[in-house]
Amino acid sequence: MRLWPSEPFGQTVAILAIAYLLIELGIPYIPPLFGLASAPAPDSVVFQYMLTVLMGVLIWVSDNEERWRAFKRPIQRVLVEEKRKPIRVALLVLVPVLVAFIAFDQARPSLSAPPSFRAIHPAPPGSMTFRDRTIPITGLENPLRHEGRLEAHYEEGKRIYYRNCLVCHGDLLDGQGPYGPAFNPAPLSFQDVGTIQQLTESYVFWRIAKGGAGLPNEGGPWNSAMPAWEEFLTEDEIWTVIIFLYEQADKTPRTWEEVAGSEGGPQ
Amino acid sequence: MSRVTGQIAPGTALVVAVFVAAVPMPLLAQAAEGTVQMPMYGQFPYGGARFAIWIAAQVHLFFAAFVLGVPMFAVVAEAMGIFGQEPKYDKLAKEFTRLLLVSYSATAIWGAILAFGLITLYPGVWSYLAEIFAPSMWAYVGLFFFESFTLYLYYYGWERWSVGGAKLGHWTLGILLNVWGTAVMFIANSWLTYMMSPPADVTPDTSPAMVQFWSAFANATWMPINIHRVIANIVFGGAIVGGYAAYRFLLADNDDERAHYDWMGYVGNLIAIGALIVLPFAGYYLGREIYEFNQQMGITMMGGFMSWLWIIQAFLIGVLFLAGNYYLWVGMGRIPGATRFQPYTKWMLLVLVVGVIVWATPNTMIADRAELSAMGGSHHPFLGVLGVMSAKNTAVNLMILTTFLSFLLYRRANKRPTVTWARTGTQVQAALFVISAVIVLFYGIYGYFVTAIVRIGFSVYQVLAVLFAIIAVSAIDIRMMRRAESYGAIRWGQMPPRSQYALFILMVTFTWLMGLMGFARSGIRQHWHVWEVMRDTSEFAATPPLGYAAQVISICVLIFLGLVALIFWVGGLAEKPIVTPARKDALMGGEHATAAVAGD
Repeated sequence: MRLWPSEPFGQTVAILAIAYLLIELGIPYIPPLFGLASAPAPDSVVFQYMLTVLMGVLIWVSDNEERWRAFKRPIQRVLVEEKRKPIRVALLVLVPVLVAFIAFDQARPSLSAPPSFRAIHPAPPGSMTFRDRTIPITGLENPLRHEGRLEAHYEEGKRIYYRNCLVCHGDLLDGQGPYGPAFNPAPLSFQDVGTIQQLTESYVFWRIAKGGAGLPNEGGPWNSAMPAWEEFLTEDEIWTVIIFLYEQADKTPRTWEEVAGSEGGPQ
Repeated sequence: MSRVTGQIAPGTALVVAVFVAAVPMPLLAQAAEGTVQMPMYGQFPYGGARFAIWIAAQVHLFFAAFVLGVPMFAVVAEAMGIFGQEPKYDKLAKEFTRLLLVSYSATAIWGAILAFGLITLYPGVWSYLAEIFAPSMWAYVGLFFFESFTLYLYYYGWERWSVGGAKLGHWTLGILLNVWGTAVMFIANSWLTYMMSPPADVTPDTSPAMVQFWSAFANATWMPINIHRVIANIVFGGAIVGGYAAYRFLLADNDDERAHYDWMGYVGNLIAIGALIVLPFAGYYLGREIYEFNQQMGITMMGGFMSWLWIIQAFLIGVLFLAGNYYLWVGMGRIPGATRFQPYTKWMLLVLVVGVIVWATPNTMIADRAELSAMGGSHHPFLGVLGVMSAKNTAVNLMILTTFLSFLLYRRANKRPTVTWARTGTQVQAALFVISAVIVLFYGIYGYFVTAIVRIGFSVYQVLAVLFAIIAVSAIDIRMMRRAESYGAIRWGQMPPRSQYALFILMVTFTWLMGLMGFARSGIRQHWHVWEVMRDTSEFAATPPLGYAAQVISICVLIFLGLVALIFWVGGLAEKPIVTPARKDALMGGEHATAAVAGD
């Protein structure tokens, strides 16, 4: 039996099917075979990927006149030829039923919360108040990196992390602490390439100090259960935790670019 | 929040002049004496003041971009006609300019609507800006005057000054038209960029009279916006011209017309995609300057609530790349000798599709509770790798390289080089492509293993590698194709109609994209009219959700394209009508009294 269809229409269907299987099943199951963590792609991403593949396939079948005619041939046959009337009738029934089912599925009430449309990095202010003291965020560096021994700060940060942060952010700093599954959105994973590595330490300081309650109005609802740690920890304690986070996650904080004549910005 | 996203151009200028001279100054004087209460905001009956000003600014911007972009390639086309002895380019340039003439009026009308909208709905903001920028507003009026009359001379003098030295004089008018238009845009850009990035010494307590004019004018984001808009206007103009050509191609009733508009559509697409290739570099410069001006603004734009717009943008630009390449590939069907290149298109398509997938992969995914739980957060443990800039820069650079390869194959499709070093030249070209792609991939992957400050520098190397390949390969190709043998002339006009819809897709997508990203640029000011200087205290101070923004921008796009369709039709009316034999008979008193005049 011939596995790969010889006609463009069949090839189109085959490509879409393979792409769907790769996206739906390949993404969660293939990377673990190579020791890489993965998970199923959310429906929104599957839809986006499939739409892109569909566009690509339609371009492929129609960018050449001969292939385009060959692609349309089976469709025209189904629509016109007498002997294909059963298929035509079946499609006339099945397509509207499918559309109706999709419409019903989209419209029916559901108990689950709608997908969140959330930005991961709230915009920080230029400066913040910490227990009535104004601290500039722009250009600020972790003062403890130039004071004392880094190992001592790391140990202190570790102690504070395990006492306060562990239950949510987890032993592996992956957001999978014992309380983690109870929160939506889940606590942040510091292991991810898209999180603390992208940020300056002053940004992380602001987020820890102000917690969920101190997030800006824009971009909400943030739905963050993070406490405002300025009420429980001192400035230095927060800086030591930050050192611990970066060292333990093996990430390097974003640094400030020196720009002559300007206040500089993170790059 | 007001949305002054457009360069305030023709028409606005006159209103500005009248307003600045007559209305605000006495009122401001009275206000200073405490005799008149100046309202900060006006009311608009439908949708609110922000909705009204947004529509006015955005539609005005669309027209302004078109009338500033088209003269740039009209003058280039005229030069090709003069210096290359190719009359068809001269005809093309004139046709561009005819579209310009009608669009110019529409720009002025929408400019006036915007100015009146600002005066009546946001009088406080308007007065503030007018007090700082009054000298530039007068300069704007003067330049607008020169621009208008230069355009009239340029268009109406086309036939009169068509030969010899007079033709060169006419071409100079085209250059002058560009100079005035660009200067007008630069002035208006200073007003809106001041709202984004006022000088550091301007505070809420600074009186507008005390703001130094030049430091306000040449603010931190002024030049990046100028550069970005000049290039974007060329892209936009090319796309609209491409759409016009497609419209005329589909309506053409003879082979000559089809051939002409097929060629015009090709030129429009070439200009649009060619300029699009360099636009990301200008956008990168603008983004970098925004970041340097203010960290908060930068994060709001790239990582905050505006970050979703970048995903939409990536997807839409992916559509542009796909549609632009598709048009070229279909076009190869009318080029003798092109079949030898057609087997490669599927691989180029694969690169583009994978590129779009990578580029549009969000860093933070839209997911329901169960999906979030499975991922362990809103970052996907595997796909998250594609959500960062290393992956995206790599994808977009490879897409640019692939698109350039499409152009190259299209250009070479009906040519056979005759130079002795043709084989070596082609091998060097191939090597340049490969080396460039390897450099892009290397820095893309290496970027995951270095700090952010180092990684940012890598994107420069990637861009330089691609630009170098484009320039070097083009230089070799131009030299190699001199005196090349031809497999046959391009069969202009023999394009399937579906190819023309790719040009429509380009036009609509560019328009929509411009509106969306204009919202991003303006929206990052959040609840400030002038960033951290003049707070928006109106009922519309909150930055709108993306869904609402998308709706308003879509309305703007519909209004603009509806008016463009009208302009296309009006542009066609200016042509000589085709008198059918039946109509001729009727005019001569013959039998076929009911016959029609077929205009197009």
